[in-house]
Amino acid sequence: MKSSRLTACGEWVLDRFPLASLWKDHMTHYYAPKNFNFWYFFGSLALLVLVNQFITGILLTMNYKPDAKLAFDSVEYIMRDVSWGWLVRYMHSTGASAFFIVVYLHMFRGIMYGSFKQPRELIWIFGMLIFVALMAEAFMGYLLPWGQMSYWGAQVIISLFSAIPVIGDDLSLWIRGDYVISDATLNRFFAFHVIAVPLVLVMLVFMHIVALHEVGSNNPDGIDIKKVKDANGVPLDGIPFHPYYTVKDLVGVGVFLIFFATVIFYMPEMGGYFLEHANFIPADPMKTPEHIAPVWYFTPFYAILRAIPDKFAGVIGMGGAIVVLFLLPWLDRNPVRSIRYRGGIYKKALALFVISFIALGYLGTQPATPVATNVARVFTVIYFGFFLLMPLYTRWEKTKPVPERVTVELSLEEQLPALIEAFEEITEVAPEPVEDGSHHAFRSVFFSRRPNPEGMRNVATRLAKKLKESLD
Amino acid sequence: MKNLITLLLLLILSFGAYASEGVELQEADVDVGDKASLLRGAKHFVTYCLGCHSMKQIRYLRIALDTHADEKEVLTDIAPLGASIYDQIHSAMNKHDAEKWFGTQPPDLSLIARSRGADWLYSYLKSYYSDKSRPFGVNNLVFEDTAMPNPLWQLQGEQHAVTRKTIYGDRVDLVLEKEGALSEKEFDLMVNDLVNFLVYAGEPAQLERQGMGKYVLIFLFLFLVLAYLLKKEYWKDIH
Repeated sequence: MKSSRLTACGEWVLDRFPLASLWKDHMTHYYAPKNFNFWYFFGSLALLVLVNQFITGILLTMNYKPDAKLAFDSVEYIMRDVSWGWLVRYMHSTGASAFFIVVYLHMFRGIMYGSFKQPRELIWIFGMLIFVALMAEAFMGYLLPWGQMSYWGAQVIISLFSAIPVIGDDLSLWIRGDYVISDATLNRFFAFHVIAVPLVLVMLVFMHIVALHEVGSNNPDGIDIKKVKDANGVPLDGIPFHPYYTVKDLVGVGVFLIFFATVIFYMPEMGGYFLEHANFIPADPMKTPEHIAPVWYFTPFYAILRAIPDKFAGVIGMGGAIVVLFLLPWLDRNPVRSIRYRGGIYKKALALFVISFIALGYLGTQPATPVATNVARVFTVIYFGFFLLMPLYTRWEKTKPVPERVTVELSLEEQLPALIEAFEEITEVAPEPVEDGSHHAFRSVFFSRRPNPEGMRNVATRLAKKLKESLD
Repeated sequence: MKNLITLLLLLILSFGAYASEGVELQEADVDVGDKASLLRGAKHFVTYCLGCHSMKQIRYLRIALDTHADEKEVLTDIAPLGASIYDQIHSAMNKHDAEKWFGTQPPDLSLIARSRGADWLYSYLKSYYSDKSRPFGVNNLVFEDTAMPNPLWQLQGEQHAVTRKTIYGDRVDLVLEKEGALSEKEFDLMVNDLVNFLVYAGEPAQLERQGMGKYVLIFLFLFLVLAYLLKKEYWKDIH
């Protein structure tokens, strides 16, 4: 066959760059377990949001002015006078919150299925570094609109550094570049937000994926699929990432984008959680807002900070809440990875941890009344208890036998008959007599569904029993 | 363990009781699609607010475009004399004078509806009452000791605060003492138009984005259906 010029050019590149083998190693011959469930969408979604933040962020910098006198008005200029500026800005602001939602769910997946355990400790560490970089990125980005919350949020957080003994005051001065948050701070935060931290993020994401592809993906059963291979050395429970998971992730992308677009087009402020109301007032160094609250994704850590009476101890507590997450691979002493085969004590501890994380997140958005502070203390103790008592309670755990091969869950479509059956059970069809001679005459009996109390009770008891069983 | 969880849940729920404080707000009937209301509101803004407050993030032209109004009509009916259609809505108030007269600079109102909310603005503008102890002789139920005199007093009339004892504690009601130029209903409508305009001016893009949202969502649903069918086709041999 005579090769055309185009294929010759292609050959020329392939002789000099290992594109084919990269594609093969990481896509078509990267074998992922075939039993990924709902929780496995969030890794690829995080990558999607990262790309979204890059593209919209670059577009925003084209009209944004990192100057204390101009910043606030330049954001409004983008919102009003720049073509499609409002869309780009909402995609970026909603993307920031979406990033944290996706990343928190991704981290929870890791904790639930033991994805941080041997041999994936380094993936977890890289992931945690991504999380820390993401928090820095979000914190600095939040100063840029130069609203009241931007200003005072940054003032509160940077003043925390001054709680460090001896070097504290000089350190916070060095970070701000001034005695208060000012133009100097805005400019350096802009530099960090648009280039320094994004570069670090991209490198960490690269290392996160390289480390993952070296050891292979975990799965909801926590089984090592490389133990059972066929004659060609392909794991029996593995399927090529491309095309199987690329097309599957596309479905996840579709669902995610529907939620994402709903927020952007119908509720971009998300009731003051994604864009805080006070941030529509220009920054005023002379006027402290009565209630300073960080954006929702920082509130669990903010609640821990406020729960501890001493300022420096609070800073240590807040930092510690993140540091303990790094130590997770060494705190959990149980070799069983997946929650499916772990003991009841771990399941209950994890449930308590989730409750305390959400409760702390809520408390962080509320004013610190004495009652609220005391409740936050209880949840702070539970938060740290989950991690620090882990070496003890994971040893006492009574685990279940782990199967040799992965188990495949029923898909939503396959569960449909069971759901319909449950619906049939909680409702009953009652015939209704129809008045004579009316226009309904062509239908002799009119059927309507009404709730069936007995059926509802049965379904509720079954669910409760199942829940209790799954917690043991 | 179970008791602990229920206890914690109860504790969280009990916060709701602490969270609600302050005056109950009246609900504004906001409809930024009502172009006539927006134009009336813009006129009220220029007549009663622009003396002190600017609205610098929006131009007269934008109002004309968004309400499909004639540019010339916007200039003659709404904008103050001498303004150009391309002008931002600036106030003639001098900052130093304002500082001297009111003790503070009247804020720019471009984004006031986004920071305060429509209901707050609606209630605030309706909640002035006579109070001899204040410099301008009026105080406000929603924003105590506000520096702003009541710009709409001639329209609304004068209200007095009456304290009533109820089983829930003291309750302050406002009673109209001296009739204004407008009836109560007319006044409510007027304030509502003004608030409607402020909500629009806070984010003119909302007219565009809400209309566009449904097409984006329809497209995404179609995409999802295709993606799902594609996934099913590929995965049919995986068991």
